[in-house]
Formats: sequence, structure tokens, C-alpha cells
Amino acid sequence: MRKLVVVGNGMAGARTVEEILARGGGEMFRITMFGDEPHGNYNRILLSELLARGADPDEQEDLFLNPWEWYRENGITLHAGVRVVRIDPFAHRVYADDGSITRYDQLVLATGSRPFFPPMEGIWADDKTLTPGVFGFRTLRDTTAMMRYAGGKQRAAVIGGGLLGLEAGRGLQAHGLDVHVVHSAEGLMNQQLDAQAGRVLRHSLEQLGFTVHTGTRTTAIRRTTGGAVTGVVTADAGTLDVDMVVIATGIRPNIGLAMVSGLETQRGIVVDDQLRSVDDDDIYAVGECAQHRGKVYGLVAPLWEQAAVLADHITGADPLAAYHGSQLATKLKVAGVDVAAMGLKEPERPDDEFVQFSEPRRGVYQTVIIRDGILVGATLLGDVSKVAALTQAFDRRVPLPEERVKLLFDIGVPPPEVGAEELDDQAQVCNCNGVSKGQLVACVTGGQRSVGGVMAATRAGKGCGSCKGLVSDIVTAALGADLQADPAEGYYVPCIPMDKPQLMAEIRRCGLRSPSAVFTALAQEGAEHAGSKMALASLLKMMWGEQYIDERDARFINDRVHANIQRDGTFSVVPQMAGGVTSAAQLRRIADVAERYNVPLIKLTGGQRIDLLGVRKEDLPGVWADLDMPSGHAYGKSFRTVKTCVGTDFCRFGLGDSTRLGIDIEQRYHGLESPAKMKLAVSGCPRNCAESYVKDVGVVAVEGGRWEIYVGGAAGATVRKGDLLTTVDSRDEVLTLAGRFMQYYRENARWLERSYDFVPRIGVAELQAIVVQDRDGIAGRLDEAMQHSLDAYRDPWQEHLQPATEGQFRDALPLIALPKVPVR
Amino acid sequence: MTGAGLYRLGRMDQIPVGEGRAFAVGDEQVAVFRPRGGGLHALQAICPHRGGPLADGLIDAGQVVCPLHNHAFRLADGHCTTGEWSVRAFPVAEDNGEVVVRF
Ligand code: SRM
Ligand SMILES: Cc1cc2nc3c(=O)[nH]c(=O)nc-3n(C[C@H](O)[C@H](O)[C@H](O)COP(=O)(O)OP(=O)(O)OC[C@H]3O[C@@H](n4cnc5c(N)ncnc54)[C@H](O)[C@@H]3O)c2cc1C
Ligand code: SF4
Ligand code: FES
Repeated sequence: MRKLVVVGNGMAGARTVEEILARGGGEMFRITMFGDEPHGNYNRILLSELLARGADPDEQEDLFLNPWEWYRENGITLHAGVRVVRIDPFAHRVYADDGSITRYDQLVLATGSRPFFPPMEGIWADDKTLTPGVFGFRTLRDTTAMMRYAGGKQRAAVIGGGLLGLEAGRGLQAHGLDVHVVHSAEGLMNQQLDAQAGRVLRHSLEQLGFTVHTGTRTTAIRRTTGGAVTGVVTADAGTLDVDMVVIATGIRPNIGLAMVSGLETQRGIVVDDQLRSVDDDDIYAVGECAQHRGKVYGLVAPLWEQAAVLADHITGADPLAAYHGSQLATKLKVAGVDVAAMGLKEPERPDDEFVQFSEPRRGVYQTVIIRDGILVGATLLGDVSKVAALTQAFDRRVPLPEERVKLLFDIGVPPPEVGAEELDDQAQVCNCNGVSKGQLVACVTGGQRSVGGVMAATRAGKGCGSCKGLVSDIVTAALGADLQADPAEGYYVPCIPMDKPQLMAEIRRCGLRSPSAVFTALAQEGAEHAGSKMALASLLKMMWGEQYIDERDARFINDRVHANIQRDGTFSVVPQMAGGVTSAAQLRRIADVAERYNVPLIKLTGGQRIDLLGVRKEDLPGVWADLDMPSGHAYGKSFRTVKTCVGTDFCRFGLGDSTRLGIDIEQRYHGLESPAKMKLAVSGCPRNCAESYVKDVGVVAVEGGRWEIYVGGAAGATVRKGDLLTTVDSRDEVLTLAGRFMQYYRENARWLERSYDFVPRIGVAELQAIVVQDRDGIAGRLDEAMQHSLDAYRDPWQEHLQPATEGQFRDALPLIALPKVPVR
Repeated sequence: MTGAGLYRLGRMDQIPVGEGRAFAVGDEQVAVFRPRGGGLHALQAICPHRGGPLADGLIDAGQVVCPLHNHAFRLADGHCTTGEWSVRAFPVAEDNGEVVVRF
């Protein structure tokens, strides 16, 4: 096998390797990658969005294009956080800063670019580190550093009004900073846009709250003696007081490595039409570091074309493959404004035709430039509805309608949705990930049956997202009749391709009583799956009650130790206080326990009971023993609490004894495992002091000794008023119907589907038919099944008498200080 | 700092099948897991994300899922399959009923 070494683990490097693997390169090459950054390859484009959303990188969807998994599965050796410092083209070796020496048969340089910092007083703290508060915008590290610094800051200056600067500005705005853009040229984004377009964009950005200074040079950065930024000094707009500065005044290709290694470099590493260095047939360069026919590119679209040609050539898939340069057609969202630009931005020759449309108030500006009947340039700002058709005309150099204006307006030009079908297969749809219409359609013919599936498989729409609409148009069109929602969405657990009714039927048929039995019998290759265990344990317990074979390892930690784990690995203990009613004796015991185990925080919860937070795992059995109260189940996907109000006994408005009923409901159904939390309430009158209208099951006493039962209410992440299931005459009917509804919910709701999703999904009319009118004649069975579950109930806190497993309550975080819950 | 070498963590049956338990060795902290399918794995005990206790996580033959925010780590080598960091993995084995780990 030949040894392939790739320097640079960014968008071009990783994409090139993907293309090579796609051509069977896995068999031809042993692949080693060096990446300066300490991660797998991520989508640099999404850094803008990450910054704007202030998200945690590992929670930002799709940020990482190639997770560690990918490298392993493809047998690629990745040296992350390792920088290559020299190449010996003659000995075919690369030297890295970790001292390693690696031999290669072929080498790919994909070192990208870095921000350019113009010589300016005050930028640098020392010869490598920027002044605190001054940032470049290129890497994940830059982005997280900016987010951290922005906290509590008031004003920011962005130096440079190009794509990156404006994206950075928008991001910081989202963090509540008031943003000044200082741009030395007259027009914003003058790389892509003509002066007029720049003015329109400026207007739109000012509407968004930016302060824009164009034609203004920044001469220095002011800082405190301590070294932190206090402002920027400009030649023409005086001094702006700001507490942070982002410098986005252009990028420079990383060509130092190639230079010291004796390869021909000008603005970039000079390559031929096969992307090979002009000095060395075994060294390729791709991406922003490559200079082809005098051009260096700064957007992703060209990289994809380069990567494909390189792969064709290096694998021999197509020895004649040649790269002829990219016609830049870019579609971007810049600070929320749609921008599309292709080819020329202004007419160059006297006889170039120039069609221009401008509507600054709406922030719309559009031009097309035509030479000899061919579209050679177009700019669309604010309204990019025509971009698909124009890009196609631009790429394929097709003759244009005589009436040029048709290019911009819907006179005869197909509207976008038709456009999807009319589009040429070559036409690039997703510019961020370089996906063409052809590839999307191929993916559908290849068997993908859902828009989500196609997006996941091709990554189309996973960049800036501006093409999502068009992508789903194309996929929908390609699928025609057999468009499907992603089947996996219907599975009860990811590792078993069955929805809940199917799964329950199978489990009954085969008499599977334990999670491991279910995995062996039904999961792919019989393999168990951590992410499915909790859901299965809950389902099986519900189905089998007493006969369920409990496997502790299938439980989430909360259910292993019957308390809710906290950020620092300690636990919270919430004893049951049915209906929110307690007694002096209970309070005394709670107080003693809190002192004895020096509990850091005692808090009244939103569920009308008392939470002891910050209890050490080892102390749990002792705490329960000394409390001598039943578990409140505040940790499980289970029946939680019943909130009540004071009702008839004390309240002058009370119409029913809500307190008593609440207590009875809670003591009957406590701890019942269910697909998601069940929180109930009983109010003594429609004033609803116990918030019954926004509970999974809410009961309200009304005039004439009757009770209303509401289901599907919520006041958490979702707020929804419950639907009236029925009104009954007696408290016993409430107990029965509430139970019957909960059983139907337990049997039919998806894992983690709260009643506020379940009830609307089934429809309250249907629920009334089943639960109240017993249309299907299953009421009796539901009531029995519920009773069966209740009979199987044991108070889990009794486990203090004898632990279920060895070391059940042993601390899992030995001995070191971690973020602790503050002691009040 | 714990010196390199072999350390005996005690009886194997301290670790219930299908679960994990944490051990402190000097100032090293390891979580040792015992998948149902057999095998034994030792990883750094503390989740690199926000310091979650990995020994409390749900496991299967291949991975452990941190109980705090559900990041998953490969038992074999500690690579994170959901995020960008990974945890250290230590060679571990059973030696006549005892768990032995090498640093
Ligand atoms: C302690 C408490 C806050 C308080 O100090 O009052 C609380 C604490 C937590 N809530 Fe809550 N919720 C508490 C009342 C509520 C309420 C109000 C209520 O129950 O009347 C709600 C809105 C009603 C509802 O459930 O929708 C509520 C909506 C949530 C949600 C959003 C659920 C949803 O789908 O909308 C979550 C997140 C989740 O469940 O995934 C959540 C999750 C949590 C968790 C369990 C987060 C977690 O998984 O660790 C918190 C545990 C903290 C800890 O370390 O113990 N908590 N939480 C309240 C305990 C009530 C009790 O006695 O059992
Ligand atoms: C915030 C932001 C937003 C953007 N938005 C868009 C957009 O909307 N549309 C668009 O088309 N483009 C956009 N771009 C540009 C796009 O991200 C780049 O064109 C693309 O990432 C270039 O890929 P590359 O692989 O050539 O360089 P990079 O992605 O930078 O990869 C180069 C990698 O090589 C590593 N490296 C360098 N030298 C060495 C060495 N000696 N040893 C080891 N590793 C080394 C670097 O650390 C880096 O990880 C954006 C860029 C940024 C920063
Ligand atoms: S609101 Fe959020 S932070 Fe507060 S307890 Fe509930 S989950 Fe925790
Ligand atoms: S602490 Fe482990 S996933 Fe967050």
C-alpha cells in the first residue's frame, strides 16, 4: 500500500480524503493526517452561527463534519494538535513539531489560511499573542474565546466590513454588544459587491442596529496599562470606546511550510491542473493554500471541485481529470442578509450589457451583466429567489432570454419550486458543502426516502442553511409519491426497528422479561445499546409489573440510587409530601437530617415539597433511613407530584376538597413509571390556584360537587392549556379516569413524549371515546393493567435496608474538587 | 503523581456486571467497567465535558454514556463519539479474581 500523508485537517484536507476513499482509496493508501487544531474536522462556516447562538461547540448540531469515529472507521491515523514544520521532498518525509518523522509516497498540503493582521499599534501583547480583547476569526478556538470574553461587555468594534467581519459583528450583537463596523473601503463587502450594493447592504445592516463607518482606516488600538482593550483610534471617525475588537481585514494562505521546503509559492502554493505542486509530482496542494492559474480562492465551493479532481487523479479513477479553475458563484447569508454573487460585479467593457434593479427601502438590489448574450456576472442582495436559475445560466453559459429583465423578474421565468425540477443536474445546490442537484437525486434513487435522510447523507443544507428550501424542493420532487418521514423517528428505541405497539407485541409474543433478553432477541446483531436501556427498562416494568426481571445496569443512575444526579455528582433528595401537605414532625425530621448530613441547600420546590440538594451518594441510605419518609420520585421518568390548593376546608371559595383528593391521587399512583414525567394538580375551584390547567392531568372542582378533568397541559419548556377530558360527579370517578388515562398514555406514548405532545397527537375527542365512553371496550383492561402496576409498587428508598448491588452507593467521583453547588 | 506500574484495585466482584465503579489510585482516578458481554475496561473517571462521573454512566459492549449530558466514550480507547475530546484509557485485566490496572 502507498503511504498518503495529508497536512491540514480542515475542510479541504478532510474533503479530499473523503473523495479519495469514495474512489476505493482505502485499499490503495495507508492514510495519515496532521492537523494543527486539536479536533476532528469541523465545518468552519458554522463558526458564525456558533458565535451567534452562543452555543456549546459540542452541542452545536453538525459542527463536527468528521468525528473521531470517522477517522477510526476508515483506518486513518490522525495526529490532531500536531503541526508539520518541514517537508523533505527528496527523502519523502515530513517533520512535525512533536518530533515525529513520517514517510510518504504522496503528500497533500491543505493548510488553508490564517487571518491577516495589518500593522497597527496596540494589536499585539507580545510577538505571538494578541492584546487581550483583540480577536481574529478563523478557528473554533477563536470563536469560543470571543464568546467567553463577550460576557458582560458593552461595545465591540469589528475592523473590516467583509463577509467575516459582518458575520462576527452579527454574532457579537447576539451576545448583546452594540457593534461598530469600521471598514477602510467605501463599500461593504467590496470583494463581492459593487458600490451601490454596498450602500444597500449598509442600510439593511443599520436597520439591524449596526453602526457602520466606511472609508475609515483604523490606526491604533487603545488599551489600559493592564493591557486590555479600551478603544480603537480611526483616521477619520475619531476614537471609538469599545471593550473588544475583532480584526477581519482579510486572510493569508498558509504557505510558510511549502516555502521553507523549497516549493514554488507566490500568493499560494503554485499548482498545475492536477493540483500538483509545479516542482514535485508527489506533492499536491488543495484549498485556500493553493494557487491555480494565478487564482487563490477564499470560499468553500472551489475546494470541492479541487478535491474531486485531486482524488480522480491520485487514485487513477480518472487519470485525465483536470481542474480548470472555478467560476465563483456564491450564495451566503451575511449577518442575516441574503447575498448571492457570481462572476463580474461590474461591467468591464463598453458593450457589456448591465441590468440593474434597486429597492433600498426593502434592502433589495439586483444586477446582471451580459456579454455577447452570455451571463458573465450577477449580484443579488436581499432577494435571491432567482439565484438557482441565474447560477445555472452562469455555469452553463446558456443563451439568455432576449428580454434581459426576465432574468430578474417572474415574467415567464419559472418560479423557484418549478425551478427545482428545471434545474440542471450539475447545478450546485448547497454551496457550503458542495452538493449538486444530481447528487441529491442520486441519493434518493440510492434509497433515501426522506428529506432529513438525504440532508444527513449528503450534508446538503448543513452549512449556512440558506439552501434548505431548495434542497427539500428537489428531494420532494425526486421522491414524487413515495416521500416518507424518517422511519427511525417512529422507533421506540433507536436500536430496534419497531414502533411501540409492534415492540410490545413482540415482547409479549416471545415473553421477554428483561432488557438484555429484548436486546438479544430483537436488536440488530443482538447487541445491547446503552442509549436504549432506560426506555426498555421502563417499558418492561410497565408491561410485566411483578414478573419484570430487573437489571440494575439498564437503569439510569437516578433510578439506580433513587435520587437526581447534579452537576457535581452529588444528588438531590425529595421526600414525598402528598398534595404538598406536611407536618411539624416531618419538618423536624427533615431539619435534623439536613444538619446531620450537612446538606448544602434546602429548597421549596415548584412541586410543593422540600428538596435537599447536594447530598453525597454514600449518605443517601442514611438520609432515607433517618427521614423515614417515602420517596418523592423527583428523579425518574415517572409519576411525580400532585399539587393541591387548600380547597373547601379553609378557602372561602372552595367547591371541593381538593387537598384530600390530591393526597389520595398521589398516594395511589406515586412512583408509577411512565414514558415521561407525569405531574398532576387538583384545584378547589376554577381560580385554579394549583395550576391544574397546565398539568399532565389537572383536576378542578366546579359548582354542584362536580370535577373537571384536564389532560395534556404544560407549563415548562412548552406552555399549553390542558384539554377538558370530561366532567364527573364524584371523586372516585376522578381517581378511576385519571388512572385510566395515565395507563393509556403509558401504553401508547413514545419514550419521553410528554402528555402535552401525546394528547394533541391522539386528539382529545379520540381520548374521550376510548377513556370515557369506552368505545373500544378496553376500559376494563386498562384499569386492570394499572392496578397490576400499582400492586407491584415498592418504595425504592427501602433499599437502604439492603443495597441492591455491591457499591450501589459508592462515590463515583473520588476525592477531587469539582464545581460544587454553592452553599447558601 | 502516581508512578507508572501495576495497581491492584481489589476484588472483581466489587463491580456488578453491566456497570462501572470508580477507584482512586494515588491522585489518578479510574472508572472500571464490566460489560455484560464480558471484557473489562478502565477509563479516566471524570468526563472531560463538565466533570461528570463516568462510572455512573450507562454502558453497552462498546461505550459509556456520561450521566450528565450524554456524551459517549468508547470503552476500548476513550475516544468521544459525540464531541471532540476523549478520555484516557488504561490497560486493565482480571488476575485471579482481582482487578489489575496499569498506568
Ligand atoms: C427542584 C425543581 C426546581 C425547584 O427548585 O423548584 C426542579 C428541578 C429540576 N427539573 Fe424541573 N424542577 C421542578 C419543577 C418543575 C416544574 C414545576 C412543577 O413541577 O410544578 C416544571 C414545569 C412543569 C413541567 O414538568 O412541565 C419543570 C419542568 C422541567 C423540565 C421541562 C419539562 C418539559 O418537557 O417541559 C425539565 C427538563 C426535562 O424534564 O427534560 C426539568 C428538569 C429538572 C431537573 C430534574 C433537571 C435534571 O434532569 O437534573 C432539575 C433537577 C435539579 C436537581 O438537581 O434536583 N424540569 N420542573 C422542581 C421540583 C419539583 C418537584 O418537587 O418534583
Ligand atoms: C467564520 C467563517 C465563516 C465562513 N463562511 C463561509 C461561507 O459562508 N461560505 C463559504 O464558502 N466559505 C466560508 N468561509 C471560508 C471557508 O471556511 C474556507 O474557505 C475553508 O474553510 C477553507 O478550507 P481549507 O481546508 O483550505 O482551510 P482550513 O479549513 O482553514 O483548514 C486548514 C487546516 O490546516 C491546518 N494547518 C495549517 N498549517 C498546518 C501545518 N503546518 N500542520 C498541520 N496542520 C496545519 C489548520 O490548522 C487548519 O485546521 C468561512 C470562514 C470562516 C472563518
Ligand atoms: S429550571 Fe432548569 S436550572 Fe432550574 S431546576 Fe429546572 S432544569 Fe434546573
Ligand atoms: S459532563 Fe459528561 S457529558 Fe457533560
